[in-house]
Amino acid sequence: MVPSAGCKPVGLPVIRAGVRFDSDFSPPDFAVMEGWCVMNKRLLLGVAGGVTGLSAVALVKLGNPVNYGLCIACFLRDISGGLGFHRAETVQYMRPEIFGLVTGAFLASLFTGERRVVGGSSPFARFFLAFVAMIGMLVFLGCPVRAALRLAAGDLNAGVGILGLIAGVLIGVQFLNRGFSLGKAGSQHDLNGYIFPAVSVVILVLLLSGATFFFASKSGPGSMHAPVAASAAAGLIAGILAQRSRFCMIGGIRDFILFRDTHLLTGFLTLLIFAFLGNVAAGMFKPGFAGQSIAHTDGIWNFLGMMLAGTASVLLGGCPLRQLVAASEGNTDCAVTVAGFIAGAAFMHNFGLAASPKGVPLAGQVATVAGLVLVFIVGLMGTYRSSSVKGGVSYGGNG
Amino acid sequence: MAETVDARGLLCPEPVLLTKKVIEGKQGGTVHVLVDNAAAKENVTRLAENKGWQVSVSSNGNEFILILSR
Repeated sequence: MVPSAGCKPVGLPVIRAGVRFDSDFSPPDFAVMEGWCVMNKRLLLGVAGGVTGLSAVALVKLGNPVNYGLCIACFLRDISGGLGFHRAETVQYMRPEIFGLVTGAFLASLFTGERRVVGGSSPFARFFLAFVAMIGMLVFLGCPVRAALRLAAGDLNAGVGILGLIAGVLIGVQFLNRGFSLGKAGSQHDLNGYIFPAVSVVILVLLLSGATFFFASKSGPGSMHAPVAASAAAGLIAGILAQRSRFCMIGGIRDFILFRDTHLLTGFLTLLIFAFLGNVAAGMFKPGFAGQSIAHTDGIWNFLGMMLAGTASVLLGGCPLRQLVAASEGNTDCAVTVAGFIAGAAFMHNFGLAASPKGVPLAGQVATVAGLVLVFIVGLMGTYRSSSVKGGVSYGGNG
Repeated sequence: MAETVDARGLLCPEPVLLTKKVIEGKQGGTVHVLVDNAAAKENVTRLAENKGWQVSVSSNGNEFILILSR
């Protein structure tokens, strides 16, 4: 009997024990095994989304800014400030969630043998796309994860943002269908793949040991944070679950549009639902447009900002969270992408382009439109994936 | 001879897109898909199984060979 391809047991015994197929699970039965696997993976995605959603709410209760429990874009922006790359004094803090997430994903990939050190798939184009994606995210004020968290707390502006995100993914998918590709990555020396996670682990240890030499806001969102250990633990757990489940917000929308495949969408929806339930239970659900935390009500720019982020993320192959996880697994192109996010955030804040609860500055609006034009140019020009079928030998070779 | 989709070095969704293009044009037979990361292995497998193909996998060092048949 040939085992089903996707049928590697997941790395978390807790999940395995909880699957209700266990009682009638008989290994020799191919069909049952397949059902068990598909179910198991979807369950894992659901757990990843649910745990991430609930821990985001818990982090707010513990001190993180409201609706800002676990926002990858905001946190990378805060880290950019924490490292002194920008001078916006209210958004500087070395968010332990991010370093915990990288550590968790790194350890999970190490223990499951899924570490692959690869790179060389248009690294600078990726840096550029990430830089531009960050423009969109800081005009909306959040990454796809935070968009869902904001909506789950009743911020209807985030609903507008998610519509923009879907529009952006639709555009990105058109580029993919035309053959857009950033080219193949190749194997790299192991050393390359250890630098990003190693730096993150070192920073995490420094933060846990109480290091105070990084920049840290005294007021504003950067000054609001959960205890370091709680933040690190939440990040660690989210990182392990995201690595095991391939959780990706953009991928959920993208795969549904491309293949009518709802697998990754499970993660998106469970994150939304569990964060919503958590917010209701904690009394933090406040539906409306006005007066939301770290949000503005300018619908056009909420829509266009997220549209930009959505298109750029599809071209990059995933949302910021997924890029962090892939970088932790040894993908150096994704590590370059993360650097692009951090640089983009610094640019937005150094030149006053980022939105604030007051709205989107004119310069930020110009940057969003310019970003959209530039991403469309990349999407149109980056079409070089071979689509010809070569008589039964090999195709898919690009670059 | 089986057709081969070489999706090594590609991140999702590209391996899935390439595989989809090939199996949608075929009634049956055998298609080999080469991938080098676990996410691509799972995603290609899911697509093929949804489209009624049987998938078996073998690993070759850091690479996976998915054998799709119908």
